[in-house]
Amino acid sequence: MSLRLASRFARREMRGGLRGFRLFLACLALGVAAIAAVGSVRSAIDGGLQREGAALLGGSAELEFTYRFANADERDWMNGQAVRLSEVVEFRSMAVVGEGMQADRALTQIKGVDDLYPLVGAMVLSPQMPLSQALANQDGVAGAVMERALSDRLGLSPGDTFKLGTKTFRLTAQIMREPDSAGSGFALGPRTLLRTDALDGAGLLSAGTLFHSKYRLLLPPGTDLDQIKAAAVARFQNSGMRWTDSRNGAPGVSRFVDRLSAFLVLVGLSGLAIGGVGVSAAVRSYLNGKTEVIAVLRALGADRATVFQTYFIQIGILSLLGVALGVILGAIAPLAVAPLISARLPIPAAFAIYPAPLAEAAIYGLLTAFSFTLWPLARSENIRAATLFRDAWDGAARFPAPRYVLVTGLSVAVLVALAGWFNGSWRLTAWTLGGIAGALLILTLAAALLRFLAQRATTFARGRPRLRWAITAIGGNNEASGAVVLSLGLGLSVLAAVGQIDGNLRRAISGNLPAVAPSYFFVDIQKDQIDGYTKRLTDDPAVSRVDSAPMLRGVVTKINDKPAKDVAGDHWVVRGDRGVTHAAAPDTDTVITAGKWWPADYDGPPLISFAAEEAEEIGLKLGDTLTINVLGRDITGTIASFQEVDFSTAGIGFILTMNPAALQGAPHTYISTVYAKPEAEAAILRDIASAYPNITAIRVRDAIDRVAAVLSGLAAATSYGAAATLLTGFLVLIGAAAAGADARRYEAALLKTLGASRRSIATSFLLRAGLLGLFAGAVALLAGILGGWAVSRFVMETRFEVVWPSALLIVLGGATASVLASLGFALNALNVRPAGVLRARE
Amino acid sequence: MTDQVFQIKDASLKLDSNTGKVDILHGITLEIAQGETVAFTGPSGSGKSSLLMVMGGLEQATGGSVRALGQDLTTMSEDSLAKFRRGRMGIVFQSFHLIPTMTALENVATPLELDGAEDAFERAEAELHAVGLGHRLHHYPAQMSGGEQQRVALARASAPRPAILLADEPTGNLDSVNGAAIMDMLFDLRQKHGATLVLVTHADDLAARCDRVITLTDGRIV
Repeated sequence: MSLRLASRFARREMRGGLRGFRLFLACLALGVAAIAAVGSVRSAIDGGLQREGAALLGGSAELEFTYRFANADERDWMNGQAVRLSEVVEFRSMAVVGEGMQADRALTQIKGVDDLYPLVGAMVLSPQMPLSQALANQDGVAGAVMERALSDRLGLSPGDTFKLGTKTFRLTAQIMREPDSAGSGFALGPRTLLRTDALDGAGLLSAGTLFHSKYRLLLPPGTDLDQIKAAAVARFQNSGMRWTDSRNGAPGVSRFVDRLSAFLVLVGLSGLAIGGVGVSAAVRSYLNGKTEVIAVLRALGADRATVFQTYFIQIGILSLLGVALGVILGAIAPLAVAPLISARLPIPAAFAIYPAPLAEAAIYGLLTAFSFTLWPLARSENIRAATLFRDAWDGAARFPAPRYVLVTGLSVAVLVALAGWFNGSWRLTAWTLGGIAGALLILTLAAALLRFLAQRATTFARGRPRLRWAITAIGGNNEASGAVVLSLGLGLSVLAAVGQIDGNLRRAISGNLPAVAPSYFFVDIQKDQIDGYTKRLTDDPAVSRVDSAPMLRGVVTKINDKPAKDVAGDHWVVRGDRGVTHAAAPDTDTVITAGKWWPADYDGPPLISFAAEEAEEIGLKLGDTLTINVLGRDITGTIASFQEVDFSTAGIGFILTMNPAALQGAPHTYISTVYAKPEAEAAILRDIASAYPNITAIRVRDAIDRVAAVLSGLAAATSYGAAATLLTGFLVLIGAAAAGADARRYEAALLKTLGASRRSIATSFLLRAGLLGLFAGAVALLAGILGGWAVSRFVMETRFEVVWPSALLIVLGGATASVLASLGFALNALNVRPAGVLRARE
Repeated sequence: MTDQVFQIKDASLKLDSNTGKVDILHGITLEIAQGETVAFTGPSGSGKSSLLMVMGGLEQATGGSVRALGQDLTTMSEDSLAKFRRGRMGIVFQSFHLIPTMTALENVATPLELDGAEDAFERAEAELHAVGLGHRLHHYPAQMSGGEQQRVALARASAPRPAILLADEPTGNLDSVNGAAIMDMLFDLRQKHGATLVLVTHADDLAARCDRVITLTDGRIV
């Protein structure tokens, strides 16, 4: 009965239209749209990866081996399954132009292909020509194609020659599009592509050299990929084979996109939280305007439930409308800018309307609206009929009934649980949402503090009327000041935290490196080269330190005889092959955290020293056994000790060290780091590369630049998310200014009546907005710094320092945003004639 | 069953203010019989409206007892009071207090709907015809004059045929012509339906039309 009646009352109330609810709708719609758009782009990329999976992978399925080519038996099996089989080999090397002192070198990622490459998709070259023609042997010199970044770096034009190892190649064209490039993952050097058989005699693929061979299978239509994968895994389980198929042709990219979009959705949720502040303010303001109506209904006999339901239904309908608008906007916006996004993505995206991310955004929107409106709605119950006889309703300050507090808490808990479930990372969800909650708490307390301070500061402003009016207004109107501090503050907090984290991350990667990082990594140093190599460097007074270690690549296949993935899940250590080394004794600076190192002459069953932190993450204990597949051979060892491995110094760090006897006979090369004065770097590279053309040098500074470039892309994406959050905050700010417009007009009219000039009034209004903005900016900065410190300290484990340029921008931005939002309303208030305003109040 | 509609014994009302508790009513003892018309008069701030609120259950006495139609209002919750008013009490306010988002017809139908009447709109329409507003059924309060709005308020108060009509300065916001017309209508309705009428007024001529005039000063009956 009460619900039917309430819906009738609600319908009557809503006939007046959406006046007063524009802010409500905008806040909700924008928050939902941002999340829906991020989700839609993610689905578009996932869809594109799936649709183009075969092209990205270069076949229906791929079997990858490390350090070796497939043997005859393995090839037979693959040929038996595939309609066509193509072999690709990938490794790093140095491309060299010129000779002797004039030689120029650059790191490159080499891809050797066969006649069938690419099995799926097409290579696009400039100048246009078939790949077979580009790679053909001409006048005894094999052809090769390069990415423009590399040919530009080396000053090469089509027709010019360059060297790889000891062999000369001719650049015939630049690579404009490589169909399977995304499947190769992150590369430190740009691509050079040539025929694998042309590498014969270059001295690059000797035993122990780190290379990956990839066998692309074009399977008959209708092949059951699950079945063939199971067959391959069963057959090659002890050979270190890695399987990928066209259902997820670029797993690295896919994982990266999933992680990034999960983070962006959480940033979007912070925007929705700010929208929630606006939504809550709009409902409060609406219900304040409805006080008399509610009191009349109460006087006429309406009980609490009828009143609550009347307004709950209205807000519910408006929430549905806001969420629907957001969903539509979030679905359409990515479609509208699809060409723009596609042009910037190195991977294909299939833009369409995807229901799942839209539903996710809608659920977030509805739960946010519910969580933020229940509280003010519940207060409507406290409006008594007696309000009709008095000015203000005495229920305004009352706490809602415990059941509403409980339901609000439950709703927030469901929101958090869903966010964690949807994005799959509870840790990330807990950090982000915890940060938002923390910021909201800090800002709420700050708003109360501001009011307290303003109330006490009025005496100091005596004799300065404009400042006093501004301070009095801040201290006297809790709701308006609170709304500005919360909405602007939360948006700026997110931006400040992103700025601080980004700045510290950059500093951690590049800023502190000269003190601790080596100049070069040299890899693929053959056993017979290590002595000559070491001598050249130790004889050089400019070299302060050379660290060398034998290196093999191995895959952790089993932990305590169980498949590694069953024990360690998706931990990076068990994903793909990892560097493995051996040592008779620990280095002088090795810190053993548990267990004991083996004796120098130990030759018993294999023993392992494992990285302590990663061991803890996986849950390894001393005495556990690990099975490592090295070159197709399984080696099972027992963990004898844990050691500290610090990857942040960019020095040599192995997750896994074994006793030398365990790896005896396994072909391996050496990896080496060289710490040298910058002015000596060029000569070291020239000498080593000339003497040992097969050795690859990775300049640490270049590698860092490459990582930094990826990071700046990440920071840009996050900043866009934060900007959407700030935009919502700005909307709420405008809403708060609009809600106070009547009061401003009345105030201006009164002040004019008392003799204040328009200029004085305007100054006071702007001072108020500016002071509020500065305060919100300063608090946001504090919250952002706190968030940035927490993430740097506990998540990234780097040293934290405040990034001042970004910090100052936040504070100034706060003041500017606040002034801009209030400007229009303030000017409008100045232009009204006092008589009209004052008469209307009588 | 007593024929006393109101039995008020030693009722007092204290309200919170910024400066502490304020005594509004002290030791009010009063009985009003069924069908009686009573006027509360007195200077501003004497407690007339507050006493009317206490009698209507819009405010709860902080001391003594207030019984209306045999029910003790001082022990009832807000919701029980709201439900009690349904169909039993009609209240007319000085500021009309019509719901601005509802038409005249809907305003009048609201208490009937709250009382669960199936024919709420038919009865509301008849009531508006009775106060001479048959041509204004679908007008909103903002589209009507003050006199018309107060007639709608009268229709709304009397539509459920309540046993009690409470009116707080019903002509206070109207000119003398409209005010006189409203009072005629109020007394006619009361007479027609036999309701008990309690009204607050500053106007002596209006008070004189009642069976009894009670004067209040400083929250006491004098």
